[in-house]
Amino acid sequence: MTKRNMWVGGLAMPVMAMLLLFAGSPSVRAADQRSAATAEVKIDNFSFGPQTITVPVGVTVTWTNRDDIPHTVVSTDGVFKSKVRDTDEKFSYTFTKAGTYPYFCSVHPKMTGKVVVQ
Amino acid sequence: MTDKNKDLIDRNLQDINDDGVDRRGFLKCMAWAGTGLVWTLSGGIPASRAFARSHGQEASKGGDFSFVQISDSHIGFNKPANPDVTATLQTAINKINAMPHKPDFIIHTGDLSQFSKPSEFDTLDQALKGVAAKQIYFVPGEHDMLSDNGEQYLERYGKGTKGAGWYSFDHKGVHFVGLVNVANLKAGGMGSLGHEQLEWLEDDLKNRSASTPIVLFAHIPLWTIYPDWGWGTDDSEQALSYVKRFGSVTVLNGHIHQTMQKIEGKVSFHTAMSTAFPQPAPGTAPSAGPMKVPADQLQKVLGITDVNYLVSGRSLAIVDSPLGDSGSSASKSGRGLALIGSSIG
Repeated sequence: MTKRNMWVGGLAMPVMAMLLLFAGSPSVRAADQRSAATAEVKIDNFSFGPQTITVPVGVTVTWTNRDDIPHTVVSTDGVFKSKVRDTDEKFSYTFTKAGTYPYFCSVHPKMTGKVVVQ
Repeated sequence: MTDKNKDLIDRNLQDINDDGVDRRGFLKCMAWAGTGLVWTLSGGIPASRAFARSHGQEASKGGDFSFVQISDSHIGFNKPANPDVTATLQTAINKINAMPHKPDFIIHTGDLSQFSKPSEFDTLDQALKGVAAKQIYFVPGEHDMLSDNGEQYLERYGKGTKGAGWYSFDHKGVHFVGLVNVANLKAGGMGSLGHEQLEWLEDDLKNRSASTPIVLFAHIPLWTIYPDWGWGTDDSEQALSYVKRFGSVTVLNGHIHQTMQKIEGKVSFHTAMSTAFPQPAPGTAPSAGPMKVPADQLQKVLGITDVNYLVSGRSLAIVDSPLGDSGSSASKSGRGLALIGSSIG
């Protein structure tokens, strides 16, 4: 998770606090909690994978660019917008409200994806 | 490659393959031709000839001129496909400077930089200071508008332009229009010109005589080459409707890092090679990302384009030249247009 690009909304704060607490704890339960609160999307070959990801409210989704070309992660509805991400750079956003969040790469708009928050 | 896409490519190439050149072979040849196009405008119909060989032979007639198209220099790119894009840009500049027939100007069809960084634009400017041409005309690529909506680009290269950087100018009777199809791209779409620019274009062209040769240039192709990779412009058809009445229209693009050509009626479409790295032919790879080739092959897949305008023959000639190697591969002539990929080494 790249701190610089971490979007922390008001509702995300408790989640963040929990994450920080659990990060220091070696217990299995903590590890489970932590994995439940994050999700990963990889950018490979000009596509988002998985293209649609379904997560619970409060989860932080992290995108990682694994292409040799810079990409962006931009909400179609203006909810979130990453800076340009070069190879291996990440962008994270914490989803605090249920809903469907379509997004795309503003550099290569054929690249589209969706986060469904339940 | 899906059948649908293959058909599309075949259709695009059909016009230029009525001469017995095998369609697939032609595409392959085009994809691997050079890095620079020399365009000669002669009375408005494009024709092409070998860069290093025929310059000078036809150079004497009044009103004839040539210009060079370079594209996709991607200054700042440093991945294995080409760890030194500044060096290959310099090779392209050296090649231009060595041309026996000096171009009147240069057109750069976008992706000057990799990340729109000031330092990248500085490097490009420094290199281009050494090119033997009085003027360089630019249009932005999507990489030039990455982080600041094109502010840096417009400040440096867009003085006196409209909107996101579009403009037109006249040179020795030929009307040139630089278009921007990389701004405000919409999810799921391809390149886009937008309503404001289209209105401007219609207005810019409406009072010109139909005999005026027109050259349109933009970064992303203004014809649909491969939609799956976004290689086309969603509203280009409307732009092209404004040029239908003209006797000679030439469309020059970059973005796909390989040469492709299509002739449709009086409109000739052509894409140029990159000076930085090659990209795969449509559908031949999982994505359009940089294509790695052996180091000793790189300069064969980078190039410049020389365009020559010949008043007497009413033709515009386009020649693609790779940065490296020797020999040439001519592909098609007829209707005053030929395209010759010739490598120089």
